Amino acid sequence: MTGGALAGIVALFALGPTAIALSGLRVASPFIYAACLALALALGTNALVALLGFTTPIAWTVPFGLPWLGAHFALDPLSAFFLIVVNIGAAAASLFAIGYGRHEDAPGRVLPFYPVYLAAMNLVPLAADAFSFLVVWEFMSLTSWALVIAHHRDPENLRAGLVYLLMASFGTLALLLAFGLLASAGGDYTFEAMRATHLGPGLAALVLILVLIGTGSKAGLVPLHAWLPLAHPAAPSHVSALMSGVMTKLAVYAFVRIVFDLLGSPAWWWSLIVLALGGVTAVMGVLYALMQHDLKRLLAYHTVENIGIIFIGLGLALAFQAHGMPNAAALGLTAALLHVFNHSVFKSLLFFGSGAILSATGERDMEKLGGLIHRMPHTAVLVLIGCMAISALPPLNGFVSEWLTLQAILISPQLPSWGLKLMIPAVGATLALSAALAAACFVKVFGVSFLGRPRSPQAANAHEVERSSVVAMGVLAALCFLAGILPGLFIDALAPVTQALVNDSMPHQSSIAWLSIVPIAESRSSYNGLLVFAFILSSGMLAAYAIHRLASDKWRKGPAWDCGFPNADPVTQYTASSFAQPIRRVFGSVVFQAREIGEMPLPGSMAPAHLTVRLRDPIWDACYAPVAGIVSFLSERLNVLQFLTIRRYLSLVFALLVLLLLALAAWP
Amino acid sequence: MIRDLAFQFAQMLLVLGLSPLLTGLVRKVKARLLRRKGPPLLQPYRDLVRLLRKEVVLAESSSWLFRVIPYVVFAGTWVAAALVPTFRSGLLFSWTADLIAIIALLGSARFFLALAGMDVGTSFGGIGSSREVMIASLAEPAMLMIVFTLALIAGSTQLSAMAAFMNSPEVGLRVSLGLGMIALVMVAIAENARIPVDNPATHLELTMVHEAMVLEYSGRHLALIELSSYLKLLLYVSLIACLFAPWGITTANAEPAQLAIAVVAYIGKLAAGGVLLALFETSIAKMRVFRVPQFLGAALMLALLATLLRFVSRSF
Repeated sequence: MTGGALAGIVALFALGPTAIALSGLRVASPFIYAACLALALALGTNALVALLGFTTPIAWTVPFGLPWLGAHFALDPLSAFFLIVVNIGAAAASLFAIGYGRHEDAPGRVLPFYPVYLAAMNLVPLAADAFSFLVVWEFMSLTSWALVIAHHRDPENLRAGLVYLLMASFGTLALLLAFGLLASAGGDYTFEAMRATHLGPGLAALVLILVLIGTGSKAGLVPLHAWLPLAHPAAPSHVSALMSGVMTKLAVYAFVRIVFDLLGSPAWWWSLIVLALGGVTAVMGVLYALMQHDLKRLLAYHTVENIGIIFIGLGLALAFQAHGMPNAAALGLTAALLHVFNHSVFKSLLFFGSGAILSATGERDMEKLGGLIHRMPHTAVLVLIGCMAISALPPLNGFVSEWLTLQAILISPQLPSWGLKLMIPAVGATLALSAALAAACFVKVFGVSFLGRPRSPQAANAHEVERSSVVAMGVLAALCFLAGILPGLFIDALAPVTQALVNDSMPHQSSIAWLSIVPIAESRSSYNGLLVFAFILSSGMLAAYAIHRLASDKWRKGPAWDCGFPNADPVTQYTASSFAQPIRRVFGSVVFQAREIGEMPLPGSMAPAHLTVRLRDPIWDACYAPVAGIVSFLSERLNVLQFLTIRRYLSLVFALLVLLLLALAAWP
Repeated sequence: MIRDLAFQFAQMLLVLGLSPLLTGLVRKVKARLLRRKGPPLLQPYRDLVRLLRKEVVLAESSSWLFRVIPYVVFAGTWVAAALVPTFRSGLLFSWTADLIAIIALLGSARFFLALAGMDVGTSFGGIGSSREVMIASLAEPAMLMIVFTLALIAGSTQLSAMAAFMNSPEVGLRVSLGLGMIALVMVAIAENARIPVDNPATHLELTMVHEAMVLEYSGRHLALIELSSYLKLLLYVSLIACLFAPWGITTANAEPAQLAIAVVAYIGKLAAGGVLLALFETSIAKMRVFRVPQFLGAALMLALLATLLRFVSRSF
């Protein structure tokens, strides 16, 4: 098992140089992606076998890395679960890219990094000491950075790459400091030693905050989300899917690993911070998403929302664990982890959909799309399933994990602390608000890009994408559906993970009659996706049958009625920004200080009227603009040092030397 | 088991059969209050039959989704309505979907209806869809907070268990229950596109929300959409009745006489709900679209307050 995993990862690493060797050949791209697909499938199966048949965690040491230390790797239920998430995403992205990669105009900038990126993402959950963890974490960041700037001729992408690089380094710095503090107690960098020793409450809280910064900047917790909507859309679509669907989940992995596993028993108020951040992230993420009309940027912002939902689940689990309610903690953790899985599946599906649209029309601006359901019928159905799943509609999978999170909220009045009693209902309201706004957001996505009439010639001449891309989306859509109607199986698979982290797991689900899921007791709450689906299907069929037997089944096509409105021009349709206008007015006027300025031409003038919408990003203005301002101010001042005479440099060196000697002399 | 199954089907047919009558009653009472004669009580049935007989005119730019959506919306609403206890709690399938799932089922129906508004690619369809999702984005969270409040009082999100609890003497008079009820009524008005949020009788383009979304539908498709909106109204009245006026709802093993009383009580509650709705609608003017967020925001705040009270103390 361990040998297999290692061999697979080494093979992925080897594919990188192979891609360079093959560069220029036509077969390079399909070959590399097919090989990645095979390896990801093998690694994923390996992890699945490991998760389902766990006996004891497997650890092994590889003799490289720091001298006398080696690199430690370990496979336990938590890492096995995340390896499954990684490899489902990786396999689907590789399959999608077999066809999609053909449209790549600079494959030499994508192919060498892609397998290495997959290998690094496979190594992150396996790393079992701080040093190797940080090395593979940085490997993951840097390879994805290289993929983000693959299309480097676009200045937007370069800016995205710069912001991403800065945020990634900042996050890793925070993680480095966190690991330093964790290692200080035991004096050893292995996770095993960190697990065995416990920090004092003050240092533990400091580690929590550093970890929130380090993993939050990777996952996209508000206010550290700024790079996501820039970097995720810049990469080729299958890489965007991996960055948004999978890499953000590895940040969640790092958070869970450190806070639930290494840090020891939590204090009750930690959960307050996590819950508040989760709630703010969920609502802000979806509001940002609603304001976008660039499809891929919208999806990237929407990842921010889902990360918020996951962190709400984790915060609830922390709160329950701190108050000694392992049963409820297992429920919260299961909800969060199930959402990790669900989100990785439907977000990858939706990014593939945006990639399909991009390759079919060359557009990612929704204002230029429309009517694609006629020209891309398969993609349309599959993206519709993804939109339903992400909007948490039954009977698909997104609903199950949000339902479990709501059930976890409903047992929280039993918590004794007052802060949590006031915080959790508020967080519940943000969760409900973000779920409703997500549905609005995806009505917009599907309605504007796939329905209606084409808004540009590119959209009117679109064509269906390659078979392999459709199959990749189909597999993910099937997973969304399967996890929605048979959630019990997925919850049971998570039992060893929660058992290892909070010493308890949800009751065994797949033995319950009719495959319902029952989080606590049947008298309290239960849900059965399979039967809900069967009911909807049968009553829909019954209605169709009855109507076609009893009523008229005549139909004809005619021009749209539209209240007798005669103008048939497609520009009279609602666009993405006009669809979002009511929500922009209700929520955006406060959050984004949205202003609409209408300019009407003078009477008699033939000039068109203009409507401009101005939005301000409150978080960029409050957090990033001041930092950028200070940095540029300081660098301008320090710039003087570059143009000094040699005399001055020598005197500066002399002064520094004297200062250091003085400091040394004054050292006790 | 067979008995339970029979009752489940009886309930499904009952809600389907009664829902046009409820709408007919509301229309009739409204007309009488305005000193008009009004259409006969059975007019909605006749409308449905007439629509079913007519041919369907599809817009040239419509897709297959447009033809499927009426069935999806109808199926989702019907399943949701079948899971709300009407005259007998302990429905056979009440454990398949709790109240949260019922709300989400209605959310699915709305999701598809909003897509239908976008499908043909007209400006009125778009205006209807975008306003509908704006209203939903406030009504849904308010509804979920109401569910939280009720679930925390009853200790369950299972509707049958909730109705049984509300029928027991343990409930008593509670502040949170009162706030929840007001919020639920407000949400129900918005969800059913009633005055003051939306006007079901309007055909003035710029004020339409629900009607604008379904503007392009005709024939049997329109019949299904209309029937789903009748069902939705009945669902909300039944929901309010089973949670706040649960008197007369029988349990799983009841005598035939009790059942008869329960059915009569249910029909009485529906009639009372319909009359109250008509009274309310005639005594209030429709709001501007951008006043609706304030109305629903108030519902959301009331429901959040109720939930907070429940979190703070068990006695509220």
